[in-house]
Amino acid sequence: MSLGFLSQTILCLLSLLTLSSALYFHIGETERKCFIEEIPDDTVITGNYEVQVFDRNVNDFLPSTPGIGMHVEVRDPDDKVVLSKVYSSKGRFTFQSHTPGEHIICLMSNSTQWFGAGQLRVHLDIQVGEHAVDYGQVAEKEKMSELELRVRQLLEQVEQISKEQNYQRYREERFRLTSESTNQRVLWWSVAQTCILLLTGFWQMRHLKSFFEAKKLV
Amino acid sequence: MIKLVVFCGLLSLVVGSELTFELPDSANQCFHEVINIGEKCTVEFQVVTGGQYDVDMLVEAPNKQIIYKVAKKQYDSFTFDANQRGVYTVCFSNEFSSFSHKLVYLDFQVGDKPSLYPDMGEDSPTLTQMETSAVGVYTALRDMVDHQTHHRLREAQSRKRAEEINKRIQWYSLGEAIVILVVMISQVLTLRSFFQEKKIITSFTST
Repeated sequence: MSLGFLSQTILCLLSLLTLSSALYFHIGETERKCFIEEIPDDTVITGNYEVQVFDRNVNDFLPSTPGIGMHVEVRDPDDKVVLSKVYSSKGRFTFQSHTPGEHIICLMSNSTQWFGAGQLRVHLDIQVGEHAVDYGQVAEKEKMSELELRVRQLLEQVEQISKEQNYQRYREERFRLTSESTNQRVLWWSVAQTCILLLTGFWQMRHLKSFFEAKKLV
Repeated sequence: MIKLVVFCGLLSLVVGSELTFELPDSANQCFHEVINIGEKCTVEFQVVTGGQYDVDMLVEAPNKQIIYKVAKKQYDSFTFDANQRGVYTVCFSNEFSSFSHKLVYLDFQVGDKPSLYPDMGEDSPTLTQMETSAVGVYTALRDMVDHQTHHRLREAQSRKRAEEINKRIQWYSLGEAIVILVVMISQVLTLRSFFQEKKIITSFTST
């Protein structure tokens, strides 16, 4: 039991190590940064983030600032809000997609400062689908052997690929519909413009003829 | 159990970040990462939508030396070995464009690609036949996922362009039709006004 607890503690510490070695970027305190994830439906996305505030006194980013919070908003392809929550300065958010398409993940700090807004360093790591699964936990929960765990990992990977293929079919259909619509539009607008040209030309001639006849010039 | 812990630990040291972000016009966006000595890194980017589908990219080492710089590229992949420990920076610049914002996909891979048995090498003799086959399947699937991602990005590029064309056709054609009508009517009105003026002049000269 103690070994289990120890390994869990080590796991926690190592997951912290993951975050501090993730990609990071700088944004203003009141700035909003969005990322786009194009995913098939029924896919789980997990995002780990950490926010550090720039301290002018030290002229460096503080290792951890408990006061600042991060507002995470996720929108689905139909522009509906899937997730909108304020998390602490370090956390993880998870959501599952119900429609295939482009999901927009927006991060903004909940700082209310208007003047002297500083810079924020945001560490971010977004994992999609089977990369988001924690196999350590799965193995512990279901008491699998090493090989069984690996096979499970392969199965998840294959499932993810299959979902992506399905999504690819859906995208291709959308593309085809768009092309067909463009084809139709080009046809009908060309016909319409030709008709307008002919009709107005005809009207011009008739109008001018009657105008000149009235002026007794013809 | 210990193996699992080690597995999870090593998993955390293999970092691959994929991000798709919007780069506004005349903007510069940088991403930083702490990399250890000797790690092999790959930076790959692709412009999905926007303007001429090009961005400037540069990779900076911790000593502020620029190790890679490329201008106005649509897609590129750069691999380098980290020869010093520190913060490496990848910057994308859209400063040459004043009105088209770009959608850029970035893939920053640090360390080797994730493997099924991270604590053992892939050709390690301690793997059984079954495990070796599993590793083979995993590698093939991993490459398949890469191909799928590239395919999806290219397809997204074409599809967004097609949707843009579809919208533009509607508005441009409507505009054109209105312009034709306006030009035709104003032609007639201008012509009429020529003759009316003449009439006034002749009536003045006669009186």
